[in-house]
Amino acid sequence: MSEPVIKCESVYKIFGENSKKMLEEANGNVDAKTFQENGCIVGVNNASFEVSKGEMLVVMGLSGSGKSTLLRCISRLTDATGGKIFIEGQDLLQLNNKELIDLRRNKMGMVFQSFALLPHKTVVENIAFPLQIKGIKTEDSISKAMDMVKLVGLDGRENYFPRELSGGQQQRVGIARSLAVEPDIWFLDEPFSALDPLIRKEMQDEFLRLQEKLQKTIMFITHDFDEALKLADRIAIMKDGIIEQLDTPANIVLNPATEYVRKFTEEVPREKVLLIEDVMEAATSDNLSDLKVSKDEIIENVAEKILTQEKTVAVIDNNNQIVGSINPSKIINTVFGGRKNSN
Amino acid sequence: MELIKKYPKLFQWLFLLIVFFALCFAIDVPETYKFIRGQAEFIKDPNQSTYVLFGKEVRYYAFDVFWRLPPLLGWLPIWINDSLFFLMNEWMPMEFWNEDTQEFKTRPLLLQISRNLTYFMTFLIELIREILIGGKNTVVAFTSWEWISENPWAELPGLPWTIVAAGAAILGYKLSGKGLALFAGLVMIYISIFGQWKPSMQTLSFILIAAPLSFIFGLGLGIAAFKSKRVEKALYPIILVMQTMPQYAVLVPAMVLFGVGDHAAVIITMVVAIPPMILLTLLGLRAIPPEVIEAGKMSGCNNWQLMFKVLIPTARRDILIGVNQVIMVCFSMAVISAFIAAKGLGYNLLLALNRLDIGLALEAGLCISLIAILLDKMSLAWANKQIDYFGNLTFFQRHKNTYFFGFAVILGIIFAYFGSFYFKEGYNYLFEVPHNKGISTADFWNKGVDWIFDAFFIYIKAFNTWLIVEVLQPMRALYLRMPAVATLVLVVGAGYIIGGIRSALVVCGLTLFIALSPWWDRALVTTYMATFGVIISCIIGFTVGTLCFQNKHSASFMLAVCDIFQTFPSFVYLIPVMMLFGITDTSVLIAVIVYATIPATRYTIEGLRSVPAALHDAATMSGVTKFQRLFKIEFPLAFPHMMLGLNQTIVFALFMVIIGAFIGTEDLGQYILKALSDKKGAGIGLTLGFCVAFIGLIFDNLIRTWVNQRKKHLGIS
Repeated sequence: MSEPVIKCESVYKIFGENSKKMLEEANGNVDAKTFQENGCIVGVNNASFEVSKGEMLVVMGLSGSGKSTLLRCISRLTDATGGKIFIEGQDLLQLNNKELIDLRRNKMGMVFQSFALLPHKTVVENIAFPLQIKGIKTEDSISKAMDMVKLVGLDGRENYFPRELSGGQQQRVGIARSLAVEPDIWFLDEPFSALDPLIRKEMQDEFLRLQEKLQKTIMFITHDFDEALKLADRIAIMKDGIIEQLDTPANIVLNPATEYVRKFTEEVPREKVLLIEDVMEAATSDNLSDLKVSKDEIIENVAEKILTQEKTVAVIDNNNQIVGSINPSKIINTVFGGRKNSN
Repeated sequence: MELIKKYPKLFQWLFLLIVFFALCFAIDVPETYKFIRGQAEFIKDPNQSTYVLFGKEVRYYAFDVFWRLPPLLGWLPIWINDSLFFLMNEWMPMEFWNEDTQEFKTRPLLLQISRNLTYFMTFLIELIREILIGGKNTVVAFTSWEWISENPWAELPGLPWTIVAAGAAILGYKLSGKGLALFAGLVMIYISIFGQWKPSMQTLSFILIAAPLSFIFGLGLGIAAFKSKRVEKALYPIILVMQTMPQYAVLVPAMVLFGVGDHAAVIITMVVAIPPMILLTLLGLRAIPPEVIEAGKMSGCNNWQLMFKVLIPTARRDILIGVNQVIMVCFSMAVISAFIAAKGLGYNLLLALNRLDIGLALEAGLCISLIAILLDKMSLAWANKQIDYFGNLTFFQRHKNTYFFGFAVILGIIFAYFGSFYFKEGYNYLFEVPHNKGISTADFWNKGVDWIFDAFFIYIKAFNTWLIVEVLQPMRALYLRMPAVATLVLVVGAGYIIGGIRSALVVCGLTLFIALSPWWDRALVTTYMATFGVIISCIIGFTVGTLCFQNKHSASFMLAVCDIFQTFPSFVYLIPVMMLFGITDTSVLIAVIVYATIPATRYTIEGLRSVPAALHDAATMSGVTKFQRLFKIEFPLAFPHMMLGLNQTIVFALFMVIIGAFIGTEDLGQYILKALSDKKGAGIGLTLGFCVAFIGLIFDNLIRTWVNQRKKHLGIS
């Protein structure tokens, strides 16, 4: 794979006076308790990871876990206390103000939990705002913004003010605004948390549709584990500023690294998360049924078909090559099997 | 004992009151004490004692220190005077190039700065003024007097009133639509046909300089305070004092620094108008959600764009209130600065009031109020204006307002030209209706006043006498009867109970300043008048506010009425009361009550409105009656906000009491007014101003501390 788009090397963010000095003295071994006794609060503790092009990394954690702080370090809305952050190979923390503004104007887009729309601008003006900031002519920026309005399905409401829109519509404006400059990197800070469940689901689907089309590199923050499973290519689970586990949704569900992660996975309906690929066994040639299933299918979608077979079912890849096999009993085991024992 | 534990505050108050009254009764009035009226304090009295401080002799009456504290701060005005004199005339002499004499001349720095500022301001005002009504000073500024007398054609002719009226209407249309256009046009036509054109335009030119300058400086300083804690800390005490400082008091030192005239008036106006603008800018910027700032940054704003495209527009609501305040203060000062010879409506108003020509005063007052309302509405519309991107307009449509104005200019000039043939007697009414040649309603009003006096004289007189003899005199006597030490104990005790040791120290310092100045008695009279006004205002305001709150429409209506009343320059309130009650304390008090009722009403409605709807519903579902809901739910929750209203009511009342000195009172205001005509009045005026400001600040501190605690307690902040 080529160079990662976002790369973090032991990033720390510690709030409070003398945080820099204390971090140096701690020598890479940060203990939240000792820091707290000295009036410092640890936001992010030794975060290292990479996000490659077109990948969606979802950072999941409960409130106060430092997930938003981590995102703000990477967008440099706050300066990280220690560590290194690279955006497409550029050292983010070494950028001067002008370079940073340039980076934000061209490469980054961000969506906020409370939408953060400008109350005095209409929908289209809000969306055109980052373009106008860049110095694009009013007419061009407005026509580009109108394309965005159509993309997020708000046609006919372009002259509304944010206060006249519902929450879901406001967030569509927020999404359109963050996409207006056609950024490569897309930050979303709990974008759907303030919406009610039905709208949230609708927005998630919409979001997946957009991502299919746009293929951005995404960091997505959420406190909702189900949302993380639904959207993510990989999930990072954070607790007290530490990344507890960073893996694909399937691996997190199947092999939780810590007790904390396991608690989240307990209630997850696996058939909705896991793919055939995740549970299949090595290919066998004997005694196969006529049915063939794709390795990329979600278990839920093919479970019924497999369970009506008596024999082992072959698993194929996109080129119709058999890559594995799956026995109906394995499906039953995965879906209903004793969760605690199976791990 | 259990009772004490249950209501500790109550017993603290009780104890305080007991101590206060005990002190009042224990300390006798000294035999030599008398409330000194009129000029007596300036005359050497054999009973007076003296002391010398910084080489200055301070005279005072040697009373029992418990009764009245010795005026240890008596040297302050003299010292301020000397310092000002020193700064202006002796400090930092430097060589400056003199254009007229073509040589270097030695002059103190401050004097030179003041001269340059004066020159600059005068030029700006004259420029606008001469565009509106013509003149030659602007041309002279670039040439010379000889040149203009040789080339009289170069003199600015001024715009015919028809053009200004059309321009105002078109501007109104562009900003808001037909309604504002109609209003703007009617106001201008009214001003013109009632013969107030020239003074109105003089006032307008003054405002058009003072208001934008105040806005820019206020906004700038507000931003600076937002960005830097240090700036904020430095500005805050100044803002606080300036907000409660009576406007008269600022006039006096300004006269020393800048002399008299329009330029001095503009500078003073800025000094008074900038603090509220700073405060509201800061308030608005502070209230912006952090995510909006982050969104701005992520959109790639540099600092400049972030401030002017994101932060300031987002804080627009509060900044608009600031603009509103600036305009209000500007008009208020437009009248008051007539005392330092600023031209315009204010000057005419003052003259008319001095001659007791109520009719003329009313006309001038009405004009100034109308212009105030017009400018207020226009500034509001300007801030709320939207751009239409999708109109797909042709070039003509896009610029139609400019064309219309150009058309109006041509038409106005043609009219004025023909008018010069038509009106033979020397006044071209289509160019400018001269002062006092328009329709005047003055006679009508004067007759009306006479009629009221004839018809109701007995009743008014009886009411007046009753109020003064039965209410005001005893109240004043009670206030003056308080020994200084008892008052000090009461105020400091209240500070301690409400806000702990910190609050107690602050109010103690403020009270001591007044007590140690030579004007303690006067301060008591000011306080008594303000107290009386505030009590009545609060009763009226809270009642009216509560009644109006019962209905959504009447509440909105009342708030709109408050808005309009607040736009009237404070001085204007004196006209109708003088009309009814003549030159008495009653007049001042009625004006105080009317003026101070505005914030009382407004804050009551706003406070009641801020009670969350959920609580309202919860109460209703618990089966309360309307009255129960009002007294058990709405009042307790709205009370902190209503107390802020009380705070404003006090400030408004103090302002009006001081302005009322014009009618003739015996309080601090009278002395400030006297200082205005005193050559060495700057120090006295400023010290008196501080006294008034500190009275306001004592209440401000106590009320604010209480409100903050209460809000924290109720969980609404």
